[in-house]
Amino acid sequence: MSDFSSALSKALYLLISGDAALMEIIALSLQVSLSAIALATLIGLPLGSVLAVARFPGRGGVITLVNALMGLPPVVVGLIVYMLLSNAGPFGVLNLLYTPTAMLIAQTILVTPIIAALARQACEDLLEEYDEQLRSLGAGTGQIIATLLWDGRTRLLTAILAGFGRAIAEVGAVMIVGGNINHVTRTMTTAIALETSKGNLALALALGVILLALAFAVNAAVMGLSGTAERAAHA
Amino acid sequence: MPDGSRRPEPDLLEVRGVTFKAGGRMLVDHIDLALRPGIVTVILGPNGAGKSLLLRLMHGLLTPASGEILMPGAGATARTRRGQAMVFQAPVLLRRSAKANIAYALKLRGVSRAERNARAITALEQAGLAHLADSPARRLSGGEQQRLALARALALEPKILFLDEPTASLDPASARAIEGVIGDTHARGVKVVLVTHDVGQAKRLAGEVVFLNRGKVTEISPAKSFFKRPESVPARQFLAGEIVE
Amino acid sequence: MFLSRTFTRGCLMLAALVLSLTLASPRQAAAKPFIILQSSTSTVNSGLYNFLLPRFTSKTGIEVRVVSAGTGQAINNAKNGDGDVLLVHARSAEEKFVAQGYGVKRFDVMYNDFIIVGPADDPAEISGLEDASAAFKIIAAAKAPFASRGDISGTHKKEMKLWKASQVDPVTASGTWYRETGSGMGATLNVAVGLRAYTLTDRGTWISFKNRGDFKIHVQGGTALLNQYGIILVNPEKHPNVKAREGQAFIDWILSAQGQAAIAAYKLGGQQLFFPNAGTLSSLPLTGRD
Ligand SMILES: Nc1ncnc2c1ncn2[C@@H]1O[C@H](COP(=O)(O)OP(=O)(O)O)[C@@H](O)[C@H]1O
Ligand SMILES: [Mg+2]
Repeated sequence: MSDFSSALSKALYLLISGDAALMEIIALSLQVSLSAIALATLIGLPLGSVLAVARFPGRGGVITLVNALMGLPPVVVGLIVYMLLSNAGPFGVLNLLYTPTAMLIAQTILVTPIIAALARQACEDLLEEYDEQLRSLGAGTGQIIATLLWDGRTRLLTAILAGFGRAIAEVGAVMIVGGNINHVTRTMTTAIALETSKGNLALALALGVILLALAFAVNAAVMGLSGTAERAAHA
Repeated sequence: MPDGSRRPEPDLLEVRGVTFKAGGRMLVDHIDLALRPGIVTVILGPNGAGKSLLLRLMHGLLTPASGEILMPGAGATARTRRGQAMVFQAPVLLRRSAKANIAYALKLRGVSRAERNARAITALEQAGLAHLADSPARRLSGGEQQRLALARALALEPKILFLDEPTASLDPASARAIEGVIGDTHARGVKVVLVTHDVGQAKRLAGEVVFLNRGKVTEISPAKSFFKRPESVPARQFLAGEIVE
Repeated sequence: MFLSRTFTRGCLMLAALVLSLTLASPRQAAAKPFIILQSSTSTVNSGLYNFLLPRFTSKTGIEVRVVSAGTGQAINNAKNGDGDVLLVHARSAEEKFVAQGYGVKRFDVMYNDFIIVGPADDPAEISGLEDASAAFKIIAAAKAPFASRGDISGTHKKEMKLWKASQVDPVTASGTWYRETGSGMGATLNVAVGLRAYTLTDRGTWISFKNRGDFKIHVQGGTALLNQYGIILVNPEKHPNVKAREGQAFIDWILSAQGQAAIAAYKLGGQQLFFPNAGTLSSLPLTGRD
């Protein structure tokens, strides 16, 4: 298909020419998704590790719920956040609708269950191996959790990257709560949706290629950094 | 039954009427046992006898269904575990360097940052692992891993050291190295409690033998008399290399 | 509490990152007054706003943030007070919006027209007709594929009106030759091209639409196909957050001679897309109200 080659050359051209509009939406996409990931990590890792270690009635139910929430459709998250932030909703007074912050909130809600669920699984697998040894050494619950988070860092990093992939790629939630406003809330994915609806398939595809490259760059950077850190830790 | 078991204040640790059940099976069946200082106690018995369970019960990793584990002056198990250390059959090492594994254990015991580094290095030297201090622990060989686990346990300076078949998966040379460290540890006055099903190892190390079969202690004898003339039928069969009833 | 130093440091760094990112969001622009315009996707896709809004902003200093949504969603958002001005093309819904007190007053702004497009080989042979209802009747009789928005948007409402006039109920054939996409105009055009189906589209979207394949305009020009746009200030009495002054300024400007001239001046591919008709009392002379 000629669309593919023309999309590729378009993507290259846009990147090399440093197209201002493109740079703006790339920056916004990264800003929103990276912040959402940071927040989701701050919530999801403690939540996941506590779920792995703690024993309480209803734990199975909570784990099933968190696992199920991984499948939350972005549109549904968008709708819920819209209803909360709408001027007719409870948090309307905050004037957050159609701002990057609204998109940040939606993506955080979308991604937190993914990080929490994957972290829970990673920590629980590790706990099976470590539990007796750590208790033998005299570790308390808090110390066990901290140890699992640190020793499970490789898998946790993968969980965080999975969350990032979901955040940077989703369109349903940011479209509804961001409104795809030019220069304000237009991200890579809403721009792709817009160009697709204009029938600008080559440009849409070019943006898709750039989005992929972006996700690749972030993954490579994180893996590279963690590899360096790991080597430094063992030096 | 050793006469020390009825004394009100145990020397080190005393097991009184302890049972442990799982899945409706009595896996540890009313065991009485007093650990006395000055000798190596070997818990001997066939596979599945309940040796590991008994060790975990004494170390406080399992809670007995009935009976009690007594220690001098102490009530709370969490605190009492501080005077103990345990090495598991398969060493569990954390995903960090050899040195960091030891430093980690010391940190849990509240040793200051500066001191734990020095103590970790000393422990590695004593285990002959100083050259591997910064290697990732999980990349060491099986023998080195077990020596590291032992070094980590010893760095805690325990009063009682529990060892669960520490040489079961090692080659003879590595096993001999571990046995050497166990001997030295005993010589330094640490109470060693060793679980094994290896009669040769028991002969080399035991001061007294606790023979366990199907969750029950069939006899507790000084090593010399045990290997010469075991009192219980299961122990006799075991030493004769027969299938134990 | 025991936490490894690295771990604590990591958490702090993450927290700092979040804060810096959220605080540095483009809301720095908050000093600049802005209004939110809820508009139908088709208008946004036509590129009209990119042409129009800089003119208004440079004159008044007021930024216009356009949220594009389907007409139904745009009206609903405006009902919730999530916008200051509504600009859509679904007159009866707009009038209902005002009647229910959600809007202050409705003004005609401009119109464009609808067209029926389809594959070049024109399997139902409707090419050249002006009467859209007659064309629909032929399409139905031929069971030729037809792609409908199916999203209760302004365009979809117009389409249903035309079906009604043709005395065909296409919904009974839904899933066979009649396909409801439930999507916006652009998405529906993409589907139509893919399925080689006829579809009703506004001319603006069609002219700016790039993925046409061999599709052509087959039916156009009938008065029933005219498409009136209205503009409404969201009622500040209902929603006190509405920026009535700035919103009204935008409405005044777009209805002014200057705004109307700007609409007429917007061309795509050499064609005028929208025809200003503010203040002409009867607005579209012949439209059946849609
Ligand atoms: N947590 C447990 N739940 C149920 N059964 C167990 C558990 N741990 C051990 N057992 C069973 O108890 C018996 C004794 O186990 P163990 O103490 O490990 O034997 P060994 O003497 O070989 O160390 C075995 O039959 C084992 O299957
Ligand atoms: Mg065992």
